[in-house]
Amino acid sequence: MFDVLIIGAGIAGTMIARMLSKYNLSIAIVDKENDVGNATSMANSGIVHGGYDAAYGTNKGYFNVRGNQKFEKLTEELDVPFKKTGSMVLAFSDEEMDILKELYDNGLKNGVKEMYLLNKEEVIERERNISDKVMGALLSKTAGIVSPWELAIKACENAMENGAKLYLNETVLEIKEGSDIFEIVTNNNKFTAKCIVNCAGVYADEIHNMLGKNKKEYKPSFSIKPRKGQYYLLDKEAGNIVNTVLFQCPTKKGKGVLVAPTVHGNLLVGPDSEFISDKDDLKTTREALKYIRETAIKSVENIPFEATIRTFAGIRASGSTGDFIIEPSPLNDNFINVAGYESPGLASIPAVSEYVEKMVVKRFKNIEENKNYNPKNRKHIILEELNENQKIELVKENPDYGQIVCRCESITEGEIKDVINRKAGATTVKGVKKRTRAGAGRCQGGFCGPRVLAILGECLDKKESEINYDSKNSYLVRDREEGNPCEK
Amino acid sequence: MRKIDLVIIGGGPAGLAAAVSAKQNGIEDILVVERDHALGGILNQCIHNGFGLHMFKEQLTGPEYAERYIDKLNKLNIDYVLNTMVLSISKDKEIVLLSRERGYEKIEAKAVILAMGCRERPRGALNIPGTRPAGVYTAGTAQRYINMEGFMVGKKVVILGSGDIGLIMARRLTLEGADVSCVFELMPYSGGLKRNIVQCLDDFEIPLKLSHTIFEIVGKDRVEGVYAGEVDENFNPIESTRKFYPCDTVLFSVGLIPENELSKTCEINLDKRTKGPYVNGKMQTNIDGVFACGNVVHVHDLVDYVSEESERAGYYASKYILDKIDLKAEKIEIKAEKDVSYTVPQWIDKNSSEEIPLRFRVRRVFKEAKIILKTGDEVLKVINKKHLAPGEMETVKINNELISKIKNILSVSIEEVL
Amino acid sequence: MNKEMTCIVCPVGCSLTVTKNDKDEIIVSGNKCKRGEIYAKQELLNPVRVLTSTVKIKNAIVDRIPVKTEGEIPKEVLFEAMEIIKNTCLIAPVKCGDIIIENICDSNVNLVATRSLKAI
Repeated sequence: MFDVLIIGAGIAGTMIARMLSKYNLSIAIVDKENDVGNATSMANSGIVHGGYDAAYGTNKGYFNVRGNQKFEKLTEELDVPFKKTGSMVLAFSDEEMDILKELYDNGLKNGVKEMYLLNKEEVIERERNISDKVMGALLSKTAGIVSPWELAIKACENAMENGAKLYLNETVLEIKEGSDIFEIVTNNNKFTAKCIVNCAGVYADEIHNMLGKNKKEYKPSFSIKPRKGQYYLLDKEAGNIVNTVLFQCPTKKGKGVLVAPTVHGNLLVGPDSEFISDKDDLKTTREALKYIRETAIKSVENIPFEATIRTFAGIRASGSTGDFIIEPSPLNDNFINVAGYESPGLASIPAVSEYVEKMVVKRFKNIEENKNYNPKNRKHIILEELNENQKIELVKENPDYGQIVCRCESITEGEIKDVINRKAGATTVKGVKKRTRAGAGRCQGGFCGPRVLAILGECLDKKESEINYDSKNSYLVRDREEGNPCEK
Repeated sequence: MRKIDLVIIGGGPAGLAAAVSAKQNGIEDILVVERDHALGGILNQCIHNGFGLHMFKEQLTGPEYAERYIDKLNKLNIDYVLNTMVLSISKDKEIVLLSRERGYEKIEAKAVILAMGCRERPRGALNIPGTRPAGVYTAGTAQRYINMEGFMVGKKVVILGSGDIGLIMARRLTLEGADVSCVFELMPYSGGLKRNIVQCLDDFEIPLKLSHTIFEIVGKDRVEGVYAGEVDENFNPIESTRKFYPCDTVLFSVGLIPENELSKTCEINLDKRTKGPYVNGKMQTNIDGVFACGNVVHVHDLVDYVSEESERAGYYASKYILDKIDLKAEKIEIKAEKDVSYTVPQWIDKNSSEEIPLRFRVRRVFKEAKIILKTGDEVLKVINKKHLAPGEMETVKINNELISKIKNILSVSIEEVL
Repeated sequence: MNKEMTCIVCPVGCSLTVTKNDKDEIIVSGNKCKRGEIYAKQELLNPVRVLTSTVKIKNAIVDRIPVKTEGEIPKEVLFEAMEIIKNTCLIAPVKCGDIIIENICDSNVNLVATRSLKAI
């Protein structure tokens, strides 16, 4: 029996869990995936938007700027890489220059600070590689980039260190309402909770509809349409082609194709925007990748696409109301929806999670604070980032940090073992990649793959053939059929 | 700081041959630094034969070839460390090493030989659309899993790339009980040796589909299959030929790239065409005392040539250490012209007294052609050749008589004989 | 009779043509050396191949030790040989050249180790 059950271990669910772990509430986070931050939170642009784009008067407009302001403190506490690169919306026509002014005015209304309308010369001075056809830009100095899945993972670790529990591979199938409690039936378990927070991303509508299933004349109060976006990720060699996040003028479909540095030094190009029918469709397609390429070069003409190391797709949870839906369900006051959570969901989350925290806390009488609450995560030591003396000391103290496993990113065995052994730790090869970048470099795991597999096997006391790449059925290697001839 | 005369980075075939050569030419104080748990480099996983025809007049397997050099190294008492990664090299030849055993250490070297080999081009670089399930490997990684770690990567396999690595893996997987349904090759010809087509594909009735590529990878958690089909003359997929091939494993054998991460840490000039350092006839890079050899300079087809090249690097590194190289010698640029992709070396010293093997690759297949060496308008040498292909590295030996005739630039080009 | 084949003896891979003359003798053309002629005749009569693979090994730095047949064995017994190899167990130390299986599949060819591995 839990006080609060949060459905979804993405950026929303984990951050809300963290906020709630400040109290003596029993908290469970459930997710159908095999890892934290494994869906939308893993495959997005990682932009902490300034807040000028979200329409004034909407939840998005309200929460974006307030979330943005909290990012530096948050990422420092959670030990997550974050860079305030600033962002520019580029205009290539008179019409687009007008749009910039609209965005600027909207930003002012939202309370966004440090926005500037730049002319062509100022734009090119700031970013030499921008196309000469640019006419001007809206610069937002408070915008930044973050690693979104690392934020979800670290928020989850922090929540768990402060008492929250995580249940993975749990697909919620049914939600039954009892008197004052909910019964949540998954494919593996039955949970009970006083309060549910629905952070199920693309599936938030289906989760909510489980409440209404047996109610007469139930009309869903919202629906979520999956909107796919595809990306190119370029080698770190291309990472310094731009230093600012570059947007194109927003259209009805979205914020346009961006060209942006990632917080780890790669270059990200994309996404496009495509409403799809299958919520699980993560295929990249030739047509979309072609479109992104042709559209992106409007901003930066000489993007070195031959330095691509990976292409991928992510799905946005586009809500039917066009806005965040952060409120109790009309069906049950103790069921709180955090739905329609698409862009600027990442930027907004520090503010949204505080808001939801207050909402949930109100529903509990005599709530006490968690006296052991620690907002900070134990630092993840990265050998590459230490100075010489620190490196020497670290390896003396723990020789695992002397064994490089991932050559491309210089990740050591010590770092890999650390992320396996933490709360919300890695249990898969992809999980190790998400937490340490081993396998995220230019050889994409070609060299370190076998080594990471062996370390996971050793730490989790499993055979390598039992270790997965990502989901539960994604084995990497098989044992030889004849077994071990030395044991016969 | 510990001082060592010669540090060789990489204990594979290049590093081993260079070390042996340097010792034989008078350098006592050598350290070979190897990141893996044994010497031998990539040869340890190349368990097939075909190595050593030139060097030893025998057909050896990769490990046997490596062991010949490891035995020489041991007999010569050359020092080496294992499980050690070089993190950086400075322009002053200060080398930073990291290992579990000895921790973080710095070594100052008089000369360095870069022998780091190469890595495989990953699937991501090809932008093959579809999903990203488990079961997609580069051929070399699959080879490591099977031949050294002792696992099988899958049961039903398709392979993209008919270069020798792809062909060798087709045979290996089949012998180990997997079903290799097809090898796809983007080009209208195979990149591998004809003998490998016979003994790796024909022997097992594995179809080779030329001018084909993989259109899409299918599978949520693990590979379930691929869509593949023909490409047109611009290598674009012809949608009407799209066909589904069920499988649980996809191997990519789509190219090797010299591994020059380290070279970048000491500002070595890299040739965009080879992705390796610019080197002169002495295998020296633009940094005095830093030499390079083997796959880190340009990707080779035959390990015998790697050994030859590396012996020369070891020889000249020893000359450098013993102060017997004129670093101020006038430079001659070697230009790769018509139908020549690149040459190694890219420049030579005017006063070169020894014969220099000039290695290069051609841009396309030729049935009959002339290799022409010119300086300005003057033709210096013409070699008639039957059969030139991009997949087969060519060598032209240039001696000091020819070098003395060169005025600043030597150009290498191909003329087709029709 | 007119058969085309590629010689696999060395990396050159000569394209061979095999015919029979009126004395019913096998004539090989296209070969750059004598080995090609020998290969073509053998390939017609009884195709043979060198087999390389790995064997499970205990107490060594790696799990598998590479092996090869010292000469060519009949192509038709390759998979039979693989079965025997799969069920073989070795214990380090093993020296490169050590005979692992004598006369594998009655081929008169030995299976030998191609790498030396010390016991750890």
